Amino acid sequence: MTRISLAGASAAALLLFAVPSHAETIFVSNEKDNTITVIDGETMETIKTVETARRPRGIVLSPDFKELFVAAGDGDIIDVVDTAKLEVVRTLESGPDPELMAVDSKGDIIYIANEDDSMVTVMNIASGDVLGEVPVGVEPEGMIVSPDDRYTAATSESTSMAHIIDNKTIKLVGNILVDSRPREAKFSKDMKELWVSSEIGGTVSVIDSSDWDNPQNWQVVKKISFEVPGLRPEQLQPVGMDFDEDHGRIFVPLGPANRVAVIDAKTKEVIDYVLVGQRPWHGEFSHDYKKYYVANGLTNDMTVIDTETLKAERSVPVGRLPWGVATMPGKPGE
Amino acid sequence: MKQSRSSLACAACAPWLGAALIGLLFLAAVSGSTVAVAQDAPPASDTPEASDTPKDSEAPAKPGEAAEKAPAPAEDTAAEDKADDKKLMRVYYLGKEYDEPLPLSYAEEIITDKGIQGARLMEKEANQAGNFIGYEFKLEEGIVPKDGDVVAKAKEALAAGHRFILADLEPDDLLAVADLPEAKNALILNIRSSATKLRQEECRRNVFHIIPDYAMRADALAQYLIWKKWPRWFVIRRDTEKDQDYLAQVKRSAARYGGKVVEDHVYDLPPGARNLDSGHQQIQTQMPMETESAPEHDVVWVINSDDDFGDYLMYRTYTPRPVVGTQGLQATAWDKSYTESGAMHFQNAIPRLADRKPVERDYTAWLGFRALADAAMKSGKVKPKDVKKYMLSEDFKLEAFKGQALSFRDWDQQMRQPIILGGGTRVPVSTSPQEGFLHQTNLTDTLGFDKPESKCKF
Repeated sequence: MTRISLAGASAAALLLFAVPSHAETIFVSNEKDNTITVIDGETMETIKTVETARRPRGIVLSPDFKELFVAAGDGDIIDVVDTAKLEVVRTLESGPDPELMAVDSKGDIIYIANEDDSMVTVMNIASGDVLGEVPVGVEPEGMIVSPDDRYTAATSESTSMAHIIDNKTIKLVGNILVDSRPREAKFSKDMKELWVSSEIGGTVSVIDSSDWDNPQNWQVVKKISFEVPGLRPEQLQPVGMDFDEDHGRIFVPLGPANRVAVIDAKTKEVIDYVLVGQRPWHGEFSHDYKKYYVANGLTNDMTVIDTETLKAERSVPVGRLPWGVATMPGKPGE
Repeated sequence: MKQSRSSLACAACAPWLGAALIGLLFLAAVSGSTVAVAQDAPPASDTPEASDTPKDSEAPAKPGEAAEKAPAPAEDTAAEDKADDKKLMRVYYLGKEYDEPLPLSYAEEIITDKGIQGARLMEKEANQAGNFIGYEFKLEEGIVPKDGDVVAKAKEALAAGHRFILADLEPDDLLAVADLPEAKNALILNIRSSATKLRQEECRRNVFHIIPDYAMRADALAQYLIWKKWPRWFVIRRDTEKDQDYLAQVKRSAARYGGKVVEDHVYDLPPGARNLDSGHQQIQTQMPMETESAPEHDVVWVINSDDDFGDYLMYRTYTPRPVVGTQGLQATAWDKSYTESGAMHFQNAIPRLADRKPVERDYTAWLGFRALADAAMKSGKVKPKDVKKYMLSEDFKLEAFKGQALSFRDWDQQMRQPIILGGGTRVPVSTSPQEGFLHQTNLTDTLGFDKPESKCKF
């Protein structure tokens, strides 16, 4: 879910902790069960089910993988799960209805979308102090911090915009109109592009951000749409987006199409559609990028996709209405 | 900060918007003052092509002149490109305080501000979006008393330059307003009436329908009943004009989807039927009697627009049968139980504004305003004919908590939308169109009058 901000950190972590490359822990939030399912990446067995506040959706790991932040929308709070103990050890007063979050690369600051409040809350993770609030469009959801920590992009679902926040001044510096109901935003690693998925518009917008100093000049340069024989256009609803930079690909779960689209990052053409469970919204890569895990909201499972063959290889049962996925190298406590 | 934000916002717009604004800046430079581009088009320029001719944009009247000349009803100030780069859209809420049906239960609150609260919410939300990219939206309200002259009010609004009208009006008043010569180039959005004739024989080119009609509602329920294999329907109803309209659509749905109206029974409301004091005892004996002699049926389809007995049927029918229609399981654009596809946003936002839960008309008013605002911001144009053109184009894809984009049918200007089946249950029962009801272009066009059946001739 926060592939990009974690990409560099994960490499560092692998060196630092020297964990076996195949050991991995997968977290899945279950919106209707108020739990996080913790799965062993090797055996695909559930290690533990962690209880959280009500309606957990967005989940994101700290760069050092020690903490998992869980946006509990109806609890109006962010639960912080200790990834060694696998329990909620503290909370962050996020403001009302948090949905998605992004953490900067140092793990100091968390940026929270308050869906019901049309606000982005900027918070110091250690102290829980609110550093600022930025009014954005109606129903903010997607959140991402740029790889250099300079900007945060937030999407507002009802307003159909990507908002760019300057992280130093905590002020809006750009607003880009995209297609209906933008759900997620992601920067490319080279920071030349910002990608935004539009669920109801049925497109992924690629925004040219190469004029890095001037977000007010960023513009949509390409819209990627989807087509699957036998499916109606309104079923093709891009939601999550995860970058596999090493292979130049982007994986996009398509909701009611029950598929994950694989897009070539260079040509921006769809390479393939992988059939998964019902209503996939968000996913995440394993740390070696050999697998892609996607949560299927209606079938209460997680599909494991082999990224070489682009085939769904197995389904792992999780809780009810699974929403977000996060991955951590190693086993809990290692 | 404000200054810089507005210029930033402009530059961050999509290329066409940027180009449009550069064009405006150029015009502003040429005329040396505020540019009032939005002049009411003479009838000849009502064609879509005309909007693209250079002539159209080369004739900005200077504001002073326009005010002096004041070609009263002809001037259109509904849309304005203001000097500070902001584009203004003025939306007018036209309503009348008709007698609303009283709730059947005394314990239920009487709502007198249905609709307008949705429009107020959208004004706030549209500006929240518009602020970022240089748009401003203004809502003005004109609601006349029940014996008031709504046509006069409409003339007043049109003379004041309004062209975007949310019509909270019954059919006769709606048509009287739509047929005013000065309303010819207006966009009138019907947020209230489900009368099918407004989409059929009495359709108007300047009227868009946000609220579903009885044909869509009947089809939405019929699809579900057929899917359930409950094809035999016993209709029990009152006999108002609305009830007759709905009945005709139920019969149409039956013919369309293989259902059958086994009997059409009109219930004469006897005095004392209200559920008060010992009233429940009367009802308890009356309802079985009314339903006893009906032929074999799977469901009771109640048609009671005035809401004065329908709810009494539930659990009181002679044979145990579910109740659907205007009470019981209802086909609706909004329901208090609906939470899917981001719907909680609306469920939470209306109570903050209105101190009550949203009702269907709040949603249709919000949705109508949203259609206008979305078309303006996505097309980069705020003039009525441009907004209309965009609303009818394939680019128009409106998000409104229904899990798919909403758009307009070009043959009768009815908004295509999934229909919620709910009402009276704590969670929605279903959403139509149902699985298996197919259509060559758009599944939602299985609800209501499809193109080949349409009697609408613009």
